[in-house]
Amino acid sequence: MPKPKPAPKPVEELSYEESLSELEEIVEALEGEQNPLDEAMKLFERGQALIARCGALLESAQLKVQKLVGESLADFEEKSE
Amino acid sequence: MQPSLFTETLTVSQLTFRIRKLLEDNPELQDVWVTGEVSNLSRPASGHIYFTLKDKNASLRCVMWKSDAARTRPNLQDGAAVEAHGKIAVYEPQGQYQLIVNLIRPKGEGALFQEFARLKAQLEAEGLFDPERKRPIPELPRRIGVVTSATGAALRDILNTLRRRLPLVEVILAPAPVQGVDAPPALVNALHSLNPSTMLRAGLQSPDVIILARGGGSIEDLWAFNDERVVRAVAASQIPIVCGVGHETDFTLCDFAADLRAPTPTAAAELATQTTLENLQFQIADYQTRLADLISSRVADHQALISALTARLRFVSPERRIQSELQLLDELSRRAFSGLTHRLQLQSARVDGLSRRLTALNPEAILSRGYAIVTRKTDGRVVAKVSDAKGDMNVRVGDGEFGVIRNS
Repeated sequence: MPKPKPAPKPVEELSYEESLSELEEIVEALEGEQNPLDEAMKLFERGQALIARCGALLESAQLKVQKLVGESLADFEEKSE
Repeated sequence: MQPSLFTETLTVSQLTFRIRKLLEDNPELQDVWVTGEVSNLSRPASGHIYFTLKDKNASLRCVMWKSDAARTRPNLQDGAAVEAHGKIAVYEPQGQYQLIVNLIRPKGEGALFQEFARLKAQLEAEGLFDPERKRPIPELPRRIGVVTSATGAALRDILNTLRRRLPLVEVILAPAPVQGVDAPPALVNALHSLNPSTMLRAGLQSPDVIILARGGGSIEDLWAFNDERVVRAVAASQIPIVCGVGHETDFTLCDFAADLRAPTPTAAAELATQTTLENLQFQIADYQTRLADLISSRVADHQALISALTARLRFVSPERRIQSELQLLDELSRRAFSGLTHRLQLQSARVDGLSRRLTALNPEAILSRGYAIVTRKTDGRVVAKVSDAKGDMNVRVGDGEFGVIRNS
């Protein structure tokens, strides 16, 4: 019995961790119970999209540095030497 | 005291040798710490270091041989207050005793070491350094807290290392001075501010791991990391801490209290990012392969299933029944036809028999055997009795007829 899931978010809105954990779920679901083929195909397509999303996020990742000022965060300017 | 005129007279060498023996056989003078102010510092090309230690009332010539100088690299300046360790030796050509120094530290360091040892023993006894207290460092942190000076080389090294290994992380810097009297309370405050209790109250997500770091320096420079308040704050942190203070050879009490000790700030950043960007890319590629394998094997399974169903369907198909019905029909039709033919033949044979019997009954056939039919010409009656025979008559035989007249 497939679990009734809320409509998945577009992959473009997912963070790396969200994409990765959903990807893990999909691979586990495909490895586990024999879900109907059309569902499996949908999972596969979603998995491909998540892989592309993860790849893009890794490709473009830039270290974000913030500074705690009191109890809030401010951008931290690094001195370039 | 009057000199005795009869005792042996020593040479200068002999006397100096005795003095030397006296000093150099005294264990207390062969392992001694002495404190004073450096003066007459001289570092000739030979690599040996010559200086004089003095205080208000006395001075002591000192020499540090090249090998010890190269090994310990003492930071010496005229006027510096230092503690020197070594042994007393006599330099016979000049009749001078001197201290052969093998270790020099700034004055007061001895007290620091004693304090270090005392506090370490105390906190150890309290269980602050117990291995069971150490928590694992998360393999893939999202947020890394950094407690160090905002202007130090340590921060630059840490950020460069994180940028190279895992640019995916968010860094939250809680800056604090790392030396001086303000350092300990500031470090405690910075550690506290990164912990969930504080972060959540401010509506912020706390880091998954904290790097506590400082670049290399003298033992006094690093002393804030041996401050009891800081060490206790490290031990009390709800978030795992990687401590990287100074160089490989420097150990601070924070190192013992932290969940993981790193030899340098750079190493701390490496230990805080056990999973690197490259690992993640491999992981994604692996998922790609697994997903493709899974779906193609699933499709293959279904193809096999379809083949099997096709075979079963063909077996139970009505086509087969239609074939067999048609065959039955053919059979029936053949049997029907052959039955009909048989009956026709039977009928035909009967007709033949009847025909033959009918032929046999034909009066004409009797005529051909020599019988004749006589009829009267007048009324055409058959003459069956003598009394019928009158007038002209007709005689019919097998092949025709002729007329006759009765003459008797």
